[in-house]
Formats: sequence, C-alpha cells, structure tokens
Amino acid sequence: MYTASDLRKGLKIQIDGEPYIVTEFDFSKPGKGQALYRTKMRNMITGVQFTQTYRSNDKFERPNLEERNMQFLYAQDDEYHFMDTASFEQIFLTKEQLGDNLNFLIDNMEVQVLFFGDRPIDITLPTFVNLEVTVADPWAKGDTSGSDTKPVTVQTGFQLQVPPFVEQGDKIQIDTRTGTYITRVKE
Amino acid sequence: MLTPEGLRQRSNLLQAIRSFFLERDYIEVDTPLRLPVLIPESNLVPFASEDCFLHTSPELCMKRLLARGCSRIFQICHCFRKEEQGRLHQSEFTMLEWYHRGWNYFDLMRQCEELISALVHRCPDLPGILPGNGLNWRDKRIELTPPWDRLTVAAAFQRYAGKEVGEVLRAGNFDEVLVVEIEPHLGQERPVFLYDYPVELGSLARHSLKDPNVAERFELYVAGVELANGFSELVDPQEQRHRFLREMETLRLAGKKTELPEKFLAELSLVDETAGIALGVERLGMLLMGRPDISTVMPFIFEEL
Repeated sequence: MYTASDLRKGLKIQIDGEPYIVTEFDFSKPGKGQALYRTKMRNMITGVQFTQTYRSNDKFERPNLEERNMQFLYAQDDEYHFMDTASFEQIFLTKEQLGDNLNFLIDNMEVQVLFFGDRPIDITLPTFVNLEVTVADPWAKGDTSGSDTKPVTVQTGFQLQVPPFVEQGDKIQIDTRTGTYITRVKE
Repeated sequence: MLTPEGLRQRSNLLQAIRSFFLERDYIEVDTPLRLPVLIPESNLVPFASEDCFLHTSPELCMKRLLARGCSRIFQICHCFRKEEQGRLHQSEFTMLEWYHRGWNYFDLMRQCEELISALVHRCPDLPGILPGNGLNWRDKRIELTPPWDRLTVAAAFQRYAGKEVGEVLRAGNFDEVLVVEIEPHLGQERPVFLYDYPVELGSLARHSLKDPNVAERFELYVAGVELANGFSELVDPQEQRHRFLREMETLRLAGKKTELPEKFLAELSLVDETAGIALGVERLGMLLMGRPDISTVMPFIFEEL
C-alpha cells in the first residue's frame, strides 16, 4: 500500500481497480491546518485525466504492473505485434495505445512492454535509436551562409531538424524522449 | 540552492529585518531548538532528537520570555516539521517570530504593512521588487503601499466559494475549500489579511470579545502565498489547558503520545495582553527575490546534503 505522503509526480497507483500515474503533484498545508496532497492523475489505460486532493491518511493500492523485454515483429492494420524474447509469447498493442512511440518503432526493435496484470498497456522505447534518413535535401559543401539545421524525414516517417551535413541514406541516432538528433552513426 | 549573489540578497534581507525590529526597541532572542516537550499540535509532526524534539516553532519559549517580563521580542530561527515538502514547504525552514506586549491582532496587521514596506525600501535591488513599493509576481504588479485589504474568513468563504463557513466546518472540508477555492484569489492585487478564524482553528489565539465563535487570528496572503500567521495571544491558563487537552485527545486517537507543557502553562498567567506573529522567511524571500519556490532561496535543501 501507498499512503498520501508517498505521492509524487510519476508514481503509479491503483484506484477502483485501474492503474493511474500521477502527472502533477503539489503539497499544501494551510496555517494550523492539515497536510493536503493535490494531484492530477492519468488513467494508464484510458488516458482520462482528473484532479483530486488527498489527506495524509488516504491509502492506495500498488497496481500490479510488470515490464517485460519484447521484440517488435510486425504491424497488421492497427495492431502492433510483439514477442517476449524469453518465452516467445506474442501479444499486440493498438496504434492508439502506442501513440508517439510509433515515430521511432522499427522492425526487430527491442522494447519494454508494460503489463497491467496480463494486459499490455504501454511500451518504453530504448532511449536512443538509430534510424535511416529517407528524405533530405542535398548538402552544398562549403555552404556557410545557410542555417545551422535542416529538416529530414526518417524511415518511420518522423521529421526532425538535423545538421546540414546529414544526407539521404545516412543513419542517425535520435533521443526518443525528446525526438532530437544526437549524432550521425556509421554501421 | 543559492549562488553567491543570491546568498548576498538573502543576507541583506535578514539584516534589514533585524534593523527594522532593533530600531523599534525589540530584543533579539535565540531560544533552544531542542525541547523536552512541545505545544501539542495535531497537524505538526516533530522530529525526535534522542529523548527530546526539535521545535516546530519558537512560540513556547518566546512566550515564557514574555512571562519573564519582556515586552518586545523577535527571533529568526530554523524550525523543523517532518513530512512537509512542496513549493512552499521544506522540513527545515527559517521563521521570523515576534511578540508585542499591549497589542492586539489589528496592531500587528499594521506592523506587517510597515515591515514589508520598510524591507522593500531597504533592499531595492532584490529582483522581485518594482519601483514605488510594488512587487513583480509572474509579470503582474502587486501593490504594496498600505493600507492592504482586510477580509474576514466568513466573507472570503462567501465571496470566493459561495459557501457558509459553518457548513464547511461541519462537513469537515475547511482546509480543502480554503486551499483549492480561496487561497489562489488572495493577495493578487495587493496583500490581504484574512482574519477572524473559527475558534477551533486558533488553538493559541484568544476568542473575540464580539463573537465567541471566532478567534482573533489572521493570516497574511501575498500572491496567493500564506506569508504570516498572527494573533491576539490567549493568556488564560485554564482556557489554554482545556484547548491543549482537546488537541492531545486528537493526537492520542492518531496513536501519538504527548504531554502537557506544564511550565509554559504555569507561567502563562504572568503574560499580559500580547500579540504575536510568525512569518516564513523563505516565503518572503521567494516573493521579494522573484523566485518560483522556497527551496530556491535556501543555501541548501536536504536533498543537496
């Protein structure tokens, strides 16, 4: 069990049988008054958000959440299929569940799949991924007048700003937390 | 965490506070931080220190100095409150507390106006201060020129929450309504004194002669931030004992063992009419230095140690 004094941004708790993540948190205590824990929560399955104020004696169950290493196999319609690399069990998540993760997901990528009980609800990508640039304007060597960056498109269809020397066919490393360019990689 | 420049600003503020009180014939006192018995307060959790406690405020010892015959005393000291951490809370923080014999809570409100105006005048280079006695809070001017607003708790509940304070108390939601619905409105154009609290929320304040249901207690709010809590001190030992016992019953039900501060109660009969107030120095520093939370005006917070 968690108590209200454990609440903080990022904590995952269970309310009415569903997992929630604390997205905003503020401790308040009016003069001579009691401690109040003001939170904004997001339902980890439905995405529905709500705000609630708790007192220090309020308690919460820990949600049964487990992360498993899985490999992305293929997409069919809006279903994205993954395989457990230890047990070879296969599951899928929907396009809607994956959201912006799709900007960086490619075949055979190993990811962490989050399960609530036996139900997959979310994935965590590797922090850094290497993707191929599929569309880029050519670089005019020696051009010092242009801007510091230019837009390119990578194999997933995601667009980002990169240094002007990056060319079509290059592989680049991207930080999946921010979607920003890190470096050009040679393979 | 403060840079050398931030430390200098904090130091200037502390010196300006000292000068203000010393010029008005107050004695600066420094009472013990480690006490064998505390004032029973069900909403404060003290840190144990072997068989003693770190004080949660200097109130107990300062009132005993009043009993000894002091008329005007002030103290700037660290206080310790377990399980308090947030934008406006740290478990260790700095309190400015002062007492003035012969005064009531309205006199203290006037002195708060005078104090903050004097600090603004003496520390004009603090980044949150605007020319002409103003405060820059999130790109809005808060006018500091007195007089500030005065609003009773009952009127504030009616105005901002559309609720009758007695009903809110009976429903047990006073703190929630205050924090969520009322506090964000307080002191946004100029500071405001919220005053005349329900008597059950002013354990150490005397009740009003006009209305026995309210305590002569006020809170000063600036930019939605509760900055200071003052009251006309309760100096009746019997009434104080009765209120302590009620507080201790709440603590006992929560499984906490406490004892009466008997020396304090014995000496309380020697205290005349007095008004006293506590002000959070980091909250004041946060406002005057234009910082987002109190941890940013402290030399260190616990996590940095």
